[in-house]
Amino acid sequence: MSRILKYEQKNTWIDELTGVTKLLFFLLWSIVSMITYDTRVLLVMLLFSVVIFKMSEISWKQVGTVFKFILLFLCLNLIVIFFFSPYQGSKIYGTRTEICHLFGSYAMTKEQLFYEFNIMIKYFTVAPAVLMFICTTNPSEFAASLNRIGIPYHVGYSVAIALRYIPDVQEDFTRIKNAQAARGIEMSSKASLFSRIKNTATILLPLIFTGMERIDTISNAMELRRFGLHKKRTWYSERPLKAADYAVMVFLVVFSVGALILTFRNGSRFYNPF
Amino acid sequence: MKSKFGIKEVVATGIGTALFVVLTTVQIPLGFIPNTALQPRAALLAFFAAVFGPVVGGIMGLLGHALGDALFYGSVWWSWVFPDALFGIIVGLFSSYFSIKEGGFAKKEAIRFNVIQIIGNALAWIVVAPLLDILIYAEPAKKVFVQGFFAFLGNIIVVGILGTLLALGYAKIGGKSSSLSKED
Repeated sequence: MSRILKYEQKNTWIDELTGVTKLLFFLLWSIVSMITYDTRVLLVMLLFSVVIFKMSEISWKQVGTVFKFILLFLCLNLIVIFFFSPYQGSKIYGTRTEICHLFGSYAMTKEQLFYEFNIMIKYFTVAPAVLMFICTTNPSEFAASLNRIGIPYHVGYSVAIALRYIPDVQEDFTRIKNAQAARGIEMSSKASLFSRIKNTATILLPLIFTGMERIDTISNAMELRRFGLHKKRTWYSERPLKAADYAVMVFLVVFSVGALILTFRNGSRFYNPF
Repeated sequence: MKSKFGIKEVVATGIGTALFVVLTTVQIPLGFIPNTALQPRAALLAFFAAVFGPVVGGIMGLLGHALGDALFYGSVWWSWVFPDALFGIIVGLFSSYFSIKEGGFAKKEAIRFNVIQIIGNALAWIVVAPLLDILIYAEPAKKVFVQGFFAFLGNIIVVGILGTLLALGYAKIGGKSSSLSKED
């Protein structure tokens, strides 16, 4: 299982969509699921997320490790929210129905359970969208899409460079880390906090200075090719928008507007069943 | 103050973001508060912002955090992405006071750098991040302020030690221009 998410080409209809469409999907989906606490809207979105995720044919091998991380963070977050404010749910929904008393001043309430349930499905709604966006979007096409939605091509090019060099930098990092480990520098939790910070420096400094050298090399090469001379540039991996792209985009916008109207119809972001 | 976005800045943003993303996994956990740990990548961001200015710092914080979260954790926690961008911008705004590229980063500059980074971190993690958490995710206030405070504490330690070391080291290697004097 890979530790990091990667683009892999599969020939599904989702792959055929352009980067612009997928970027729009990712942004709208995460914004809407961020704003709304309406359980009905979230459940519909969750259903869509799962169906689309299935259709994209992403394998467990690609996302398994990352998915376990998401679960871990979700659990931690839910537990911590409960310990810090066990009555946040009651505050939001305005009623308090105790199920059972736990200990001290802590009691489990129906409202709290419902509130945390909402947080949980928020996570599960966004996660497939992010996983899918990363796994099905060609990095260089992504940079072209950024340019198309109005972001200056300089910034688009920065993104392209970042995506292109993540594997290289990671390789540098592993090499430096192994070299320092061979010299006997302790990186695990056995060392004390201060010496761990100091030991991190022995990796960080060479890694970042290598990066600075790389910046010089690349910017010299780009300068020689007269990058940035014109106001516009064309992209090799840019693809024209097709009917499917327009259909998805229209659906997304209509869905998002509808979801937000439904959410705010009763004057608050929360759906109150109590 | 530099506001232009030339070739060097384009590449610095790209490579800086790549470094930031890779360093996402390098963390020293701080305890039982989830998602807070000593993050060496904060030192990287402070260093790049101090060398290349606010535009590089801002984009690198935004993009690096969003991409790093997405690639490694599969979800993007937007209320913590924007504070990183803000921190990059704040440190970057004062980049001309540090003169790292010119090789003049000494005791006085190191103090300035640390004052700025503490102010920047305080604004980003004690003020903006918890407020966005409450505004966007409607999380309990007590929890997010404790989380924000620990993030602040961790970041000022990391940037204070590692960031200062980076700036000192780079000023020593990279600084050559100060040895030249202008002829009349």
